[in-house]
Amino acid sequence: MIETRIDRRFAKLKAEGRPALVTFITAGDPDLATSQAILDALPEAGSDVIELGMPFSDPMAEGVPIQLATQRSLAHGHTMDKTLQMVREFRKKDNDTPIVLMGYYNPIFVRGSAAFVKEAREAGVDGLIVVDVPAEADDELCIPAIEGGVNFIRLTTPTTDDKRLPTVLANTSGFVYYVSVTGVTGSAAADTTAVAKAVTRIKSHTELPVAVGFGIKTAEQAEEIGKHADGVVVGSILVEAIRTSLDDNGKATNQTQAAVTEVVRSLRVGVEKARK
Amino acid sequence: MNQQANTLRSGPDDRGHFGDFGGRFVAETLMPLILDLEKAYSDAKADPAYAAELENLNTHYTGRPSALYFAERLTEELGGAKIYFKRDELNHTGSHKINNCIGQILLAKRMGKTRIIAETGAGQHGVATATVCARFGLPCVVYMGATDVERQKPNVFRMKLLGAEIVPVTAGAGTLKDAMNEALRDWVTNVDDTYYLIGTAAGPHPYPEMVRDFQSVIGEETKEQLMKAEGKLPDALVAAVGGGSNAIGLFHPFLDDPSVEIYGVEAGGKGLQGEEHCASLNAGKPGVLHGNRTYLLQDDDGQILEGHSVSAGLDYPGIGPEHSWLKDAGRVNYVPATDEEALDAFQMLTRVEGIIPALEPSHALAQVIKMAPKMDKDKVIVMNLCGRGDKDVFTVGKILGFDL
Repeated sequence: MIETRIDRRFAKLKAEGRPALVTFITAGDPDLATSQAILDALPEAGSDVIELGMPFSDPMAEGVPIQLATQRSLAHGHTMDKTLQMVREFRKKDNDTPIVLMGYYNPIFVRGSAAFVKEAREAGVDGLIVVDVPAEADDELCIPAIEGGVNFIRLTTPTTDDKRLPTVLANTSGFVYYVSVTGVTGSAAADTTAVAKAVTRIKSHTELPVAVGFGIKTAEQAEEIGKHADGVVVGSILVEAIRTSLDDNGKATNQTQAAVTEVVRSLRVGVEKARK
Repeated sequence: MNQQANTLRSGPDDRGHFGDFGGRFVAETLMPLILDLEKAYSDAKADPAYAAELENLNTHYTGRPSALYFAERLTEELGGAKIYFKRDELNHTGSHKINNCIGQILLAKRMGKTRIIAETGAGQHGVATATVCARFGLPCVVYMGATDVERQKPNVFRMKLLGAEIVPVTAGAGTLKDAMNEALRDWVTNVDDTYYLIGTAAGPHPYPEMVRDFQSVIGEETKEQLMKAEGKLPDALVAAVGGGSNAIGLFHPFLDDPSVEIYGVEAGGKGLQGEEHCASLNAGKPGVLHGNRTYLLQDDDGQILEGHSVSAGLDYPGIGPEHSWLKDAGRVNYVPATDEEALDAFQMLTRVEGIIPALEPSHALAQVIKMAPKMDKDKVIVMNLCGRGDKDVFTVGKILGFDL
């Protein structure tokens, strides 16, 4: 498939000799305007790749922090149209930082996979991570995504053994997302030795960059994981920063954007140290 | 269409599809386990020892076959078709749910799983799961919406007595959908040792097929018993549908008998014109949730809506995928019954036949009450009386203004 911003970004970072900092926020959290401001500020704060969560009423793979972020967003009447509009706005200022939309299948299915992929690509989306569409259902969304020029990034997990990995990797592009623990987002971090072993195992099956996520909360963890992985994914810690910055009525304050960018800056320091 | 043209009973295909519905929409962490489960189930089906153990427990633990009862007074009262009840409410634990739980706990044992989780709405499936866990000495965790914990207190206490841990789920509206999300989160976290004992004929393949197979004993017995009693097939079958396990269990053995009219009764709540109902087949559209594609109550943006029903067991915005397929195939008529109609039916059966039904089959009964008077006296309706109403007396008492 054609080269995307994701391919270019990982190639550039490989040349620089450091892993990517991949940051997740939920679109529309805590409200549309604040979420747009946070999104726009992420690259300058140190984010190399952005995952933008498409809120879904039933986020089955998320821990409490992202469940709450989802609820904040939907409570303000967030929709898929608004998520795509956020990407369009972002692209007016930044044409290099890759954006990956992450979420669940139903809000895409109701629009039709091919139509959604076309709209997303035109908005400036580079990749999709859709938790509940496994490799066995590639015809649903993965193939339409590839045909539409959008990377379909597959999750691999500790339960994806060597026998199964080729099936999972077959139509994956952009990068591989290794979910380092069996569990939901925001759970306890995996042990670094186990992660290193898993990354080596995945790399024996693919040339694609491997990003590692689930449970990474500190610069030190980012540094440790970044020694082995091509990318370090953080999410729950960022939406928690949003939550703790809100006022008593759950509204954004003038601290909300800075609360996120500060955490991103510190994680970026960790990532920078990883290969030194 | 993947099914053979001459039968409606051959689904699902090898990817778990009933036509456009079903499938396996789960996170990668669960996918290897789902594939293992499919294999374990297919091995078990081929093993006579498994079938023998299942039959033995069905007979001596559950009390099968359940009676097929001719409701003489209700028939007279309605003045039309003869009404029979398949009395699965007489099973051990008080509902049809035990049929499936025994099948699955034997499978969990074969797979070497040491911990069981389940979701429950009305608590009937939770009680049945806690029961088989007690019987087989396995720890059991039941996820239940906080709203349901409140309105189904007797069942909560029963589960605790049986040794299960109850986890009230406060996310969303605190009903079955939210309990299922939380059970899936537990499963993905404890995938190595945990078996998820799903209670309805929904979820990722092979669950819809497996649960249907375990519940089909209802329809198979009915066929035989009615043949003995009336010397013929029923003219109509009626069952309530929430997720749809008791209904598919009754319907499936009759799908290829075109003379049998089949009615699935959805929870119409406060009426289909508003949003307070659970009629996913009559008022929803196809979507993907909880591992399968099926009819769902959802908004235009694909967000799942909270349903409403007086009956906790029907309070789910989805439906088993085989029902979605049977609806589109035109084989089964899916009709709504409102809270009010169900409450009236609940009281009528209690007074006329001395049977207190659960609120779930009270919905099916509401449909029987509508259709029986319009049918000739030589016609026969079989309704699945899938649960007893002991658990609901507090809820109904409250609505009728009786201080318990």
